[in-house]
Amino acid sequence: MDSVGNIIVYVVAALAIIGCSILAVTTKKILRSATYLLFALLATAVIYFQMDYEFLGAVQIAVYAGGIVVLFVFAIMLTHKPGKDAEPLTSHKRWMGVGAACAGVIVCAGALFSYGKFCCAKLLPGGNFDIKELGTALLDTDKFGYLLPFEAISILLLACIIGGVVIARRR
Amino acid sequence: MYLIPSLIMFGCGVYGFITRKNMIAILISLELMLNSVDINFVVFNRFLYPDQMDGMFFALFAIAIAAAETAVAIAIIINIYRVAKKVDISEITKLKF
Repeated sequence: MDSVGNIIVYVVAALAIIGCSILAVTTKKILRSATYLLFALLATAVIYFQMDYEFLGAVQIAVYAGGIVVLFVFAIMLTHKPGKDAEPLTSHKRWMGVGAACAGVIVCAGALFSYGKFCCAKLLPGGNFDIKELGTALLDTDKFGYLLPFEAISILLLACIIGGVVIARRR
Repeated sequence: MYLIPSLIMFGCGVYGFITRKNMIAILISLELMLNSVDINFVVFNRFLYPDQMDGMFFALFAIAIAAAETAVAIAIIINIYRVAKKVDISEITKLKF
């Protein structure tokens, strides 16, 4: 966080995240909403790259941008007529949503800024793990190993594949 | 300072989750919330314990679970659409057709 280029990249990514998130939940057309979600996720990947987590950024792009958003677009194309607007919101529901979101954001922002040291912390060196270290930790069984969640999540993914096929199958 | 966009992203997710009526839009808001939590995991790992990688693995597993959850939810939505011909949650009031 010291060079000018880093700060510019951070500002662009943060503005992209903020703007695309707001647009994704307020736009009328559902396909545009999915596109803004895609840009918010890509800006998140930029932040991961900036924090030297290259593998995580690549996973974010591959899984989110390549998998989830494409799934969203398929589902939107299957279930919507193109070019149809969303129904206008009732005002009481909108104010309820704005109230809930603002309450949460204000509480968290108060907690964040009261601990103000964290807001301008320097990025320490480190964090640049190579892929061999990652793989070893992922299939390790000692204290910092992640073999059990790895296997659990593989079974979860298998169950999701089978469940998705069974649920969406044409009877 | 990375937490500020994450916080606003989570707020947007909460707003969309409450106000949207379309099921796919609700799912998009849910993705925003999950993604902001991932950013928080990674930021706290990177700034507090830069030589460990626990937060990164948490974010990795959260991404995988989000993908699985989205796939199943979209399968359910498509199935509901095939039966009921609508995706509006205020009109889908029956669990059994």
